Amino acid sequence: MSEFHKLGLTALAAGLRARKFSSVELTGALLERIEASQQALNAFISVLREPALAQAAAADRELAAGRGGPLAGVPIAHKDLFCTEGVRTTCGSRMLGNFVAPYDATVVAKLKRSGAIVIGKTNMDEFAMGSSNETSYYGPVRNPWDPHLVPGGSSGGSAAAVAARLVPGATATDTGGSIRQPAALCGITGMKPTYGRVSRYGMVAFASSLDQGGTLTASAADAALMLREMAGFDARDSTSVDTPVPDYVAALEEPLKGLRIGLLREFFDKGLDAHNEQRVREALKVFESLGARLEEVSLPHLPLSVPVYYVVAPAECSSNLARYDGVRFGHRCENPRDLNDLYRRSRGEGFGDEVKRRIMTGTYVLSAGYYDAYYIKAQRVRALINADFISAFKSVDVLMGPTTPTPAFALGAKTSDPITMYLNDIYTIGANLAGLPAISVPCGFVQDLPVGLQIVGPHFSEARVLTAAHAFQRATEWHTRIPAAYA
Amino acid sequence: MSTWETVIGLEIHAQLATRSKIFSGSATAYGAPPNAQANLVDLGYPGVLPVLNREAVRMAVKLGLAIDAQIAAHSVFARKNYFYPDLPKGYQISQYELPVVAKGSLEIVLEDGSRKRIGITRAHLEEDAGKSLHEGLPGLTGIDLNRAGTPLVEIVSEPDMRSAKEAVAYMKKVHTLVRYLEICDGNMQEGSFRCDANVSVRRAGSEKFGTRAEIKNLNSFRFVERAINYEVARQIELLESGGAVVQETRLYDPDKGETRSMRSKEEANDYRYFPDPDLLPVELDTAFIESVRATLPELPDQKAARFVKHYGLSAYDAGVLTASRELGDYYEAVVEAAPQDPKLAANWVMGDLAAALNKENLEVGSGRLPAARLAGLLKRISDQTISGKIAKEVFEAMWSQGSEADAVIEAKGLQQITDSSAIERAIDEVMARNPGQLADYRGGKDKLFGFFVGQVMKATGGKANPAQLNELLRRKLSG
Repeated sequence: MSEFHKLGLTALAAGLRARKFSSVELTGALLERIEASQQALNAFISVLREPALAQAAAADRELAAGRGGPLAGVPIAHKDLFCTEGVRTTCGSRMLGNFVAPYDATVVAKLKRSGAIVIGKTNMDEFAMGSSNETSYYGPVRNPWDPHLVPGGSSGGSAAAVAARLVPGATATDTGGSIRQPAALCGITGMKPTYGRVSRYGMVAFASSLDQGGTLTASAADAALMLREMAGFDARDSTSVDTPVPDYVAALEEPLKGLRIGLLREFFDKGLDAHNEQRVREALKVFESLGARLEEVSLPHLPLSVPVYYVVAPAECSSNLARYDGVRFGHRCENPRDLNDLYRRSRGEGFGDEVKRRIMTGTYVLSAGYYDAYYIKAQRVRALINADFISAFKSVDVLMGPTTPTPAFALGAKTSDPITMYLNDIYTIGANLAGLPAISVPCGFVQDLPVGLQIVGPHFSEARVLTAAHAFQRATEWHTRIPAAYA
Repeated sequence: MSTWETVIGLEIHAQLATRSKIFSGSATAYGAPPNAQANLVDLGYPGVLPVLNREAVRMAVKLGLAIDAQIAAHSVFARKNYFYPDLPKGYQISQYELPVVAKGSLEIVLEDGSRKRIGITRAHLEEDAGKSLHEGLPGLTGIDLNRAGTPLVEIVSEPDMRSAKEAVAYMKKVHTLVRYLEICDGNMQEGSFRCDANVSVRRAGSEKFGTRAEIKNLNSFRFVERAINYEVARQIELLESGGAVVQETRLYDPDKGETRSMRSKEEANDYRYFPDPDLLPVELDTAFIESVRATLPELPDQKAARFVKHYGLSAYDAGVLTASRELGDYYEAVVEAAPQDPKLAANWVMGDLAAALNKENLEVGSGRLPAARLAGLLKRISDQTISGKIAKEVFEAMWSQGSEADAVIEAKGLQQITDSSAIERAIDEVMARNPGQLADYRGGKDKLFGFFVGQVMKATGGKANPAQLNELLRRKLSG
């Protein structure tokens, strides 16, 4: 059976449980697709052929015995910043090129317990800093819809892998849009849960107050299944929230009728590509036809989210990345003369330009004399943005708008101008600053390139967001489109 | 120089006696092989996160309540960023703008017996760093992260102390307190209790503080006193010769007895403090604070006041006996078993017992001489079975043989002679043997009285009751 890749996560899990095919067959077939695509897409940093096949064989035994969790035997990939015991975890950086994690991230452990097979580790922007997957030390990832274009970032490898149907699902992280933006650019479904919904333990930190793990899958239904298995309180993460995880899958079929949708005025601004806007507006019409009501809402402080983000995220990253000093793990320069030389060269050689740029920006905004003007002010504006969202959710159930201003852009098009690159996250950053759940779903094409619709909900409303996305996907077929080269 | 006034503030670091570290489950016990007590969190591995140890918070609150401080309903952990090999994350988790404890105070007793209030600006929780090792590693630096993540409470005083002696008295007071509260073992050799001293001088009468130097990492009371005295002399000499004190960090060298510059203000790190996004703010409600208050023991000052009131001790003796919880408990156990004379008990505990313990470098709680046994000796003094002088002999035997007072008295036949006729017999014999001295005494040589006391004591083996002996002898000698 060579049509495995056309099935999503949910269908594969069901097929395995029904013993229609084995996990070894499935895993073997997907490994072949991964290996065949690697040169063109570069979606993976590590492909774990032998261990994956061994896990698949074990899963088959479990399934044969009528055991195994909800994801038993389903191969998935992890973004290469989730620590995986005994497996290299690079964060897309030379700094961690030799780093073999001695433990599993909570997310990795939970998905293992659910029965998922770890088939590989996906490429990413270095330390998740980037919007095009061009900052990876392991080379750029290419967009399966057009190899001259970027897949988006930072979870570009996970997004390309799912878009090319190399895996039915991949973990990802979203600090300023790193799940939703590549999902939009690759034509798949990207779910970022509420901050605190998924444990950050073992997820290598970029900006701790913004980072949140989530899913990249073909559909919202698949996202519901995968997220249900990943989410939950973790005593090892003080910022994870101790509230029960609803069964997102069971909630999917709830009716949409009467859903109040807020259209974010600030999202439909002059930076938005006219064709993109058209696709998004068409999608909104679909929601109307499903019984939802649209109304325009305004979040006056939202336009400040990019500058706020580029103070808060670099500040936290400058501190989070201080541990990479060449002393205990990671890259160490040859023959350091003294301690300062060890630090300077290990970090100078280990980190790429974008990471250095953000460490320097962050160091600057936290410095004596600048802290109040930048960091404190940014935190105040962040609180205002959060308050804007909370007040908007008093009158609407979800907010909708575009995920990105444009479809995928060409490799190299924005690398020389960091600010233009940063503006690609203009519609996604708000949900990170406020810690809200948000999903991007494919809502059409512009010149054969996918466009994403973003749905943002109040804190811990994952079920509502997923249900809305699922209703849309039942009414449309954009999420079933596969790039021709991988069909 | 009397024209200069010294101004001192101390930052005391007390290691909290929790079983595990402040942000990880690693053990905190001292003396394990290097890095045996450092887990992935302590090593700052990629992806790990800190989780606050509630016990450390409880201990800090306990301290705050004991120094009459404000306990913050909302306090925040912050990152103090700097690079050092023994600082695995590249930042230390500490508290900066919002510490858990603020605005407390303690009273110290000055040499003249007067009391002085020392303000405590704040006390905050933080993690300790590891240790760099050089010994036996030529050309290399070893790193031991066993201590990394050990909980500390940093107690910052106001610049309220005016001499090295006051600083030491304050530090001792804090040392006593943290041990009473059982939140720190106070072991200074192992670094569980250490301090930084901020020292400056100013012209007497001046309102403005002088420029200060910070002397780092003083881990004994003696070093604190010496380092401050050296530093004060250095600053005065500098100022009097027309120079200026530079704000800097200095290190005390105990071998040379001097302080040395470590780094200047210009070289000081910009620590780029900001709230740690991995940790939630610490929210403490009244119920929690009250539950901690309920666990407070009787504090040293309260205990000392009670000793003065109940046992009639001097303030000085009460202070000595309450300097440690163990000593106070021991004293009370003695008094409970031998309630006749609390002052006598105080003298014995502070005198012979303290000296004996000291000689063998033992703690009062060592069990070497249980309180009940010392009480047994005191009872025999009170009921006049033995004299104070004989008691010292009995004590020595008790100490070396580990025996009861009565057994020693019995075995050595040391019971005091209180039978008047027996004492009179002895006096008669002495008088008969010394007719010359007797005549001289009766002729007006009063000083010979002492000679006769000595002779009678000798004849009775030192066992004659001294008061009785005096009275009888005086009567007989006068004829």
